[in-house]
Amino acid sequence: MASVKFENITINYGKKNIIKNLSMDIRENEIMGLVGPSGCGKTTLIRALCGFIKPVTGNIYLNDHLVYSQEKRINIPPEKRGIGVVFQDYAVWPHLSVWENVVYPMKKHKVPKDEIQKRATYALEQVRMTGYERHMPSQLSGGQQQRVAIARALVSSDELIILDEPITNLDAKLREKMIIEIQMIQKKIGTTIIYITHDQETALKLCNRISIMEPDGTLVQIGTGEEITKTPKNRFVFTFIGVTNFIPIIEKNGSWYFNVDDEIEFSHNMPAGYLKGKKNVMGIRPTDIMFDESSKIKGKIAHSVFLGDQYDYFVQLGSKELRIQRNSFDIASGREYNEGDIVGLSFLHPYYFEDTKEASL
Amino acid sequence: MSLFRAASHQNSDLSKLDGKKISLDNTLTILSFVILIIVVVIPMTMIVYNTFFFKGKLDTRLFNEIIANPENISAMRNTIIVAFWVTLFGTIIGVFFAWLLGRSDIPLKGMMRSMFTIPYMFPPFFGAMAWDLLLSPRGGYFNKWFMNLTGMKTAPININSLGGIIFVETSYYFPFVFMQVVSALERMDPTLEESARIAGAGQGYVIRKITLPLVRPAISAGAFLILISSLSHFGVPSILGFSQNIFTLPTKIYQLISRASGEFQGIREGAALSVLLVIVVMLALILQKIVLKSGRYDIIKGKSMRPMLIKLRKAKYPLLILSFASLFVIVVVPLVMIFLVGLLKAYGLSLTPNNFTFNNYKNVLFESKMVKDSIFNSLFLSISAGLICMFLGVMVAYVINKIKPYGKGLLEIISVLPYSIPGMVLAIGVILAWSGAFGINLYNTIWIILIAYIARYLAFSMKSASASLQQVHYSLEEAARSCGASHMQSLTDVTVPLIRPAMVSGFFLIFLPAMRELTTSVLLYGPFTRTLGVAIYSLKTDGNLVQASALASFTILLIIVCNALVRFITKDRKGV
Repeated sequence: MASVKFENITINYGKKNIIKNLSMDIRENEIMGLVGPSGCGKTTLIRALCGFIKPVTGNIYLNDHLVYSQEKRINIPPEKRGIGVVFQDYAVWPHLSVWENVVYPMKKHKVPKDEIQKRATYALEQVRMTGYERHMPSQLSGGQQQRVAIARALVSSDELIILDEPITNLDAKLREKMIIEIQMIQKKIGTTIIYITHDQETALKLCNRISIMEPDGTLVQIGTGEEITKTPKNRFVFTFIGVTNFIPIIEKNGSWYFNVDDEIEFSHNMPAGYLKGKKNVMGIRPTDIMFDESSKIKGKIAHSVFLGDQYDYFVQLGSKELRIQRNSFDIASGREYNEGDIVGLSFLHPYYFEDTKEASL
Repeated sequence: MSLFRAASHQNSDLSKLDGKKISLDNTLTILSFVILIIVVVIPMTMIVYNTFFFKGKLDTRLFNEIIANPENISAMRNTIIVAFWVTLFGTIIGVFFAWLLGRSDIPLKGMMRSMFTIPYMFPPFFGAMAWDLLLSPRGGYFNKWFMNLTGMKTAPININSLGGIIFVETSYYFPFVFMQVVSALERMDPTLEESARIAGAGQGYVIRKITLPLVRPAISAGAFLILISSLSHFGVPSILGFSQNIFTLPTKIYQLISRASGEFQGIREGAALSVLLVIVVMLALILQKIVLKSGRYDIIKGKSMRPMLIKLRKAKYPLLILSFASLFVIVVVPLVMIFLVGLLKAYGLSLTPNNFTFNNYKNVLFESKMVKDSIFNSLFLSISAGLICMFLGVMVAYVINKIKPYGKGLLEIISVLPYSIPGMVLAIGVILAWSGAFGINLYNTIWIILIAYIARYLAFSMKSASASLQQVHYSLEEAARSCGASHMQSLTDVTVPLIRPAMVSGFFLIFLPAMRELTTSVLLYGPFTRTLGVAIYSLKTDGNLVQASALASFTILLIIVCNALVRFITKDRKGV
């Protein structure tokens, strides 16, 4: 039940800067998702929290206790920070059996013997690894090793557990199960969990709040899944959360146009959320573009793909190809759309972002 | 819950400690540097210093004199001649047999293969002794027999010649190339050859244009191993060349030092000459770097595949006979000779059973104090050098691979440097450094030999531990830390158990060659600190050939037993 606070953290690897002046709060009892593309410094930040690397500047608090401070020269060693970690590569010790792996942290913490027995059995039960106690890690699949690592983290701290891409190697079904399992464990014990992933979907399902990091290591936005989906702070977050269309916009004589080789007018009034005086780009989800016969904005269906529960249409609007998703059920009950058809388009929940070179992904 | 509170209570204490207490990482780093400076850097520096400085002043007269001395020039010429021919013949023989065993359908491969690695296990000077017994111009058994048979007045074959030295060294060094090439051939993708055949190329063309170019990196790696070993080799030229005044650089250095009998001027001369030897070896090393850099192919895979075997057809049995004949000459003859002469009542008697006795064995093993001392010394030195290097190697490898401090490149170079430096040169450096130059005089004690062994063999255990440590990912240690283990505990609980197999093999990589070491100890031994190699060498140079042979036979048996033991132990641990 720990809270974590990063203050002004800067981390370098040699001369290369990884994280610059990052501050972040993680509340007690929450599952915080730390999300960002590979190589953005998620793991680096967490290694600093665990005490494996020293930030160049800043403070780290665990439960309001300073565990690292550059100015005050405080650096509590990793073993005294009491954080359970599931490493990206599991880090299950290959020379110890499953049981020995799981009881190791409790032995180091001098937990009484019968207690060790009880907690290890319980932890293995929770990750569905009962019966594998005597197995060596080399006899286990990647997914099983990952679960051993989770069990080991569970018994090593009931305050704070860090999961670094913990379920990427499990098959889809087991992944769903583990998500629920992690949520249950968290509810039952109340452990604070930091969940690192590059997979936004899992993060949205699992986490109470999500922090999104940009590729250069800056923290763009923290919020609940709903907040981030509804009010993405910039173009990067918007893209990261889901499939997107971006359409450049220009304003001319009090009208707003799609700037797609042809200029197609779409509004006489300043659209809500439009950033005045900046170069704008409209971001819109494929599900938020509607086929609308009454709309003056016309596109041509270049091709369509049937994906079971949904149709994906690729619609040519000027020089821009838009991706539009429609529910198969809706389509079945309405008119049919074929390749080559000219369709009217309306745009339901557009977002406006500044159009910068770097942001174009 | 309790963990955090415990941590917070200790906050103040820990903050005080941090920055003042020297961390484990720093301790290991500093310790590695200090030990390597003592063991490697100081002796090396002392050689250069004493060559070019005299009484604190730059003085190149000695070095100039040494270089200009015609005897030394001829020694240098001999060294290069021997090394060149040994490398050439060794490479040709090694490649030929490697191809025969790796790629043809010759029968009895397994047996031949293990026989080809036998020369690898024994010190070449045993072979030199055996051939000397057979082919020395005056007393050699074969020469005598042949002269009796034909009535010739002069010996048909004189082993005490440059040619003889080249022959014996070749027969002990060709396995370097053989083993490299055989393993390259086995790892080579056979489809590369098959596609050439399918495209219409003939057998000979495929060998010349496909197979050989592909294993060329392995060939050159092995050839350079031969070249460098041969340049700094002492045993064979000293046994075969001394009587005829044929010197190479290592034997000349030995002569200078032993003639000086501890006098400083002589040791300085030896040091100056050894600088010359180091220069020659360094040139070879630079050449090696250049050659091995170019022409690496990626088609040799880590996986082993079933190679396409070439049918020898009619050539099969002639080649088989040729192989066995070579094996007989290279492996069987010297071994049998050593064993038989070890049984003789006196050297020169004919090799018939009624001249045989076990007295030599009894003498050397139970009566000679010198030999008993030497066995004890060698055991003590090999075991302690093995153990010390094992731990030191792990420590240095850990610093280089895991801690990665500033100057880790330097640390790596220092630790593998003695591997390329001739043992003779290393010995001189150790003498110059540890016989009073710094107030510590270890000369004539066993400790000076131990220091030299540690310097010489550290690279073996360091490399073995390094390779193994690279497989141990950071996160394994970090997982232990976050589970509550201190840094030290994470090492003892996780890292060390994981690299234990490499440590064990590192120990034996040192123990086995140290047991039969001659080159370094021959310069360092004192009256009571002979090693096994030195004991055999002194018996032989004192003319006590039968006892020398008996002791050599005993050593061979010892090596075979130890090798079998190593195989047994390492096989047992492969699963870890």
